[in-house]
Amino acid sequence: MRGAKSAKWVACAIAVTLAASACGGGGSDSSDDMNKGKADPKGIVTAQLSEPQNPLQPANAKESQGSRVLRTVFSGLVDYKPGSSELENINAESVKPNKDSSVWTVKLKPGWKFHDGTPVTAKSYVDSWNWSANVANNQTNSSWFADIKGYEDVHPEKGKAKSDKMSGLKVVDENTFTISLNSPVSYFAYKLGYDVWAPLPEAFFKDPKAFGQKPIGNGPYKFVSWDHNKLIKVRKFDGYKGPNAAKNGGIDFKNYTTADAAYSDIRSDNLDWIEQVPTTALTNYKQDLGDRAIDEEYSAVQSIVPAFYTKQFKDIDPKVIQGLSMAIDRDTITKKVLHGTRTPADSFVARGVLGHKDGALGDVAKYDPAKAKALIKEGGGVPGNKISIQFNADQDHKPWVDAVCNSIRKAVKVECVGDSKPTFQADLNARDNKQVKSMYRGGWVLDYPVNSNFMRDLYGSKAAGNTSGFSNKEFDELSTKADKAATLDETVKLYQEAEQILVKEMPAIPLWFYKVNSGQSVNILGKIPYGQDGDPIFTDVQVKQK
Amino acid sequence: MGRYAARRLLQMIPIFIGTTLLIFLMVHILPGDPIRAMWGDKAADPAQVAALRHEFGLDQPVWKQYTDYMTNLFQGDFGQTFGGREVIDVMSEAFPVTLRLAALAIIIEIIIGISLGAWAGLRAGKTADTGVLVFTLFVISIPVFVLGYLARFIFADELGWLPPNVQDSTDITQLFLPAFVLAMLSMAYVARLTRTTFAENLRSDYMRTATAKGLPRRRIIGVHLLRNSMIPVITFIGTDIGGFIGGAVITEGIFNVQGVGNVLYRAIQTSEGSTIVGVVTVIVLVILLLNLIIDLLYAVLDPRIRYA
Repeated sequence: MRGAKSAKWVACAIAVTLAASACGGGGSDSSDDMNKGKADPKGIVTAQLSEPQNPLQPANAKESQGSRVLRTVFSGLVDYKPGSSELENINAESVKPNKDSSVWTVKLKPGWKFHDGTPVTAKSYVDSWNWSANVANNQTNSSWFADIKGYEDVHPEKGKAKSDKMSGLKVVDENTFTISLNSPVSYFAYKLGYDVWAPLPEAFFKDPKAFGQKPIGNGPYKFVSWDHNKLIKVRKFDGYKGPNAAKNGGIDFKNYTTADAAYSDIRSDNLDWIEQVPTTALTNYKQDLGDRAIDEEYSAVQSIVPAFYTKQFKDIDPKVIQGLSMAIDRDTITKKVLHGTRTPADSFVARGVLGHKDGALGDVAKYDPAKAKALIKEGGGVPGNKISIQFNADQDHKPWVDAVCNSIRKAVKVECVGDSKPTFQADLNARDNKQVKSMYRGGWVLDYPVNSNFMRDLYGSKAAGNTSGFSNKEFDELSTKADKAATLDETVKLYQEAEQILVKEMPAIPLWFYKVNSGQSVNILGKIPYGQDGDPIFTDVQVKQK
Repeated sequence: MGRYAARRLLQMIPIFIGTTLLIFLMVHILPGDPIRAMWGDKAADPAQVAALRHEFGLDQPVWKQYTDYMTNLFQGDFGQTFGGREVIDVMSEAFPVTLRLAALAIIIEIIIGISLGAWAGLRAGKTADTGVLVFTLFVISIPVFVLGYLARFIFADELGWLPPNVQDSTDITQLFLPAFVLAMLSMAYVARLTRTTFAENLRSDYMRTATAKGLPRRRIIGVHLLRNSMIPVITFIGTDIGGFIGGAVITEGIFNVQGVGNVLYRAIQTSEGSTIVGVVTVIVLVILLLNLIIDLLYAVLDPRIRYA
């Protein structure tokens, strides 16, 4: 990296004036073999974490930091097998739908216990969901329960809850309960893999506030301590009965003030895993860390989204948007500007998600200035011949926004500028209040690995994630049909058809899929395995015996 | 003296109210809705946003929010973070760390700065003096973050004498490197200030008298010269302590110190008003108190200064 190298020379010059003799090569210590040695089942993994914003309650951990800890302390009914997006039963013996997928019966594996010794029963789940959905309890994730019958009673759009129980949840016996949905959802079991569906022990309801500081779960690790802004400790739970028991002794989640600080600690092996390599080290981290560098794709996509409520895009011919898409040189930008930290997108649905189809976007994702020009002309041109891309300046978006704009300007002679908002909050505000002037930056990380999550939840006319004002009848009808399909396979197939409608209508221009660029220390045996959400599978991380 | 102190304490009330009000208004005009931002890219649930806004009083007019805040403050209640923690708890974890860091930095600044300044001042115009001037100029001209990264690169990455980051912020021995970096800039100023007053006072009448009296050189410099030269230096150091506490943001970030700077930085990012106002209020109080102490110290150093 250019910056680091020159900084090093300055440092050397100063070191010389200080008569210090330390300007060696400073290369990577690649002599260590990460696959050699034995695993220590009691070894502790240290991982980077920022202070969770919310108390550690399953339904409140919207942000990644809190849910990273919660996922180790709680086990849900099901989880996804990494890489295959297949469902795997964890706490559930079975999760079965009725004929039209509107009523689901959950059977639990018997004999599970919370870390405080109380049993995990059907009631632990039903009580947890009822409490979390209740508007009075202010859980940021409560809308996840909206599929369940009776959700409007506990979470009305305005005013107080009419009831504290959803009528759709019924305890049958100690280990069985049923879930009735408002309308059929063939992939409802997939949604159940998200953190918010975790069970809660009796102790929670006595004092939710104290519980949030010291959670008691049913997962592979038990919570030990939370030293605010410094350290969260979890240790292996020996009584764990799930298939994903921990292969290490526990995790210390350490707080870091900056990505740079964490990065320098991983280089000196004071830390075993970092979240993301700092931007300043992106070009040289593979040299620094050798085999210990992590470079993995995960299921998230970045796109630019036209604001369809503006004059500019209100009655636009989708061909214009297709043309703009073809004016973006994704290959060059991901390589040169983003240093290979993203891969060009070729579909609306990210890879690793059920129903992802390579090349679903077809030619629309290919860089072809001539065809792009022709398409824009056919569609009647870009109104005003000028677009802007709104982004938040408090994160590292400016370089790629500039690059995308450059590419569009060069290829199709449409004027393009970045429209920066100072903070993410200001950016969101403009989106919510429909004040985006032309286009905005959109990002989506999977909630559950089914293609519907990347389509209906984003582009459905009434979808919660739809902030662009896009609306297409044909797409809405097809997705409703897909949700009600008898089998999951059929649902996925119908959504693949729906994706082709999106290619024609262009509710957004997918740009690229995200990658994790991270690293691990010499204390770890083998490569750290990753899940589809871009987080490590901590239970499978092995520590080398010392 | 007592009346002077009392008057100064009374003056602190309007300053206190004024600063908190200003900070409060500034937080209020920060763009974006912090509650909405909790949902990120995903769509927020309007019912829940409304409920949360109500819980934190953000649906009230600003003047009401401010008076409520002040009323609670006088009852010792600093409010809660969005995560439901007491702001007072958050502060009581962060302030000791930063105070320790600042104290260490002050000690380094005083010891190195004053001795370097005195050493140069006694040799005014000679090579040693020029050397100190060049060195301090060099330090003053380098921004803190460059100095921080350089120090980390040299002492941690290359020489391996120290760990690159502070692993435990409550361990004072680990705070040495960040404290040194934090102290560097002020140390240069202290050295220059000390040097100049020393060089000036060397030619003053009382020095000639003391020498004429035949006092030993150690006593002349140690008591007469040093004491009289310290007044401007003490003033500078006094105002600096407040600056250290507020300005440790960069140093704390580089060396991973979990102090006030870190808390404040994160609170600003999430527009968490109660934390920002709470932390700034305490910093303002510390600075006001320090100024009072410095002013009172004048009289001790120079008996000619008397407060009416």
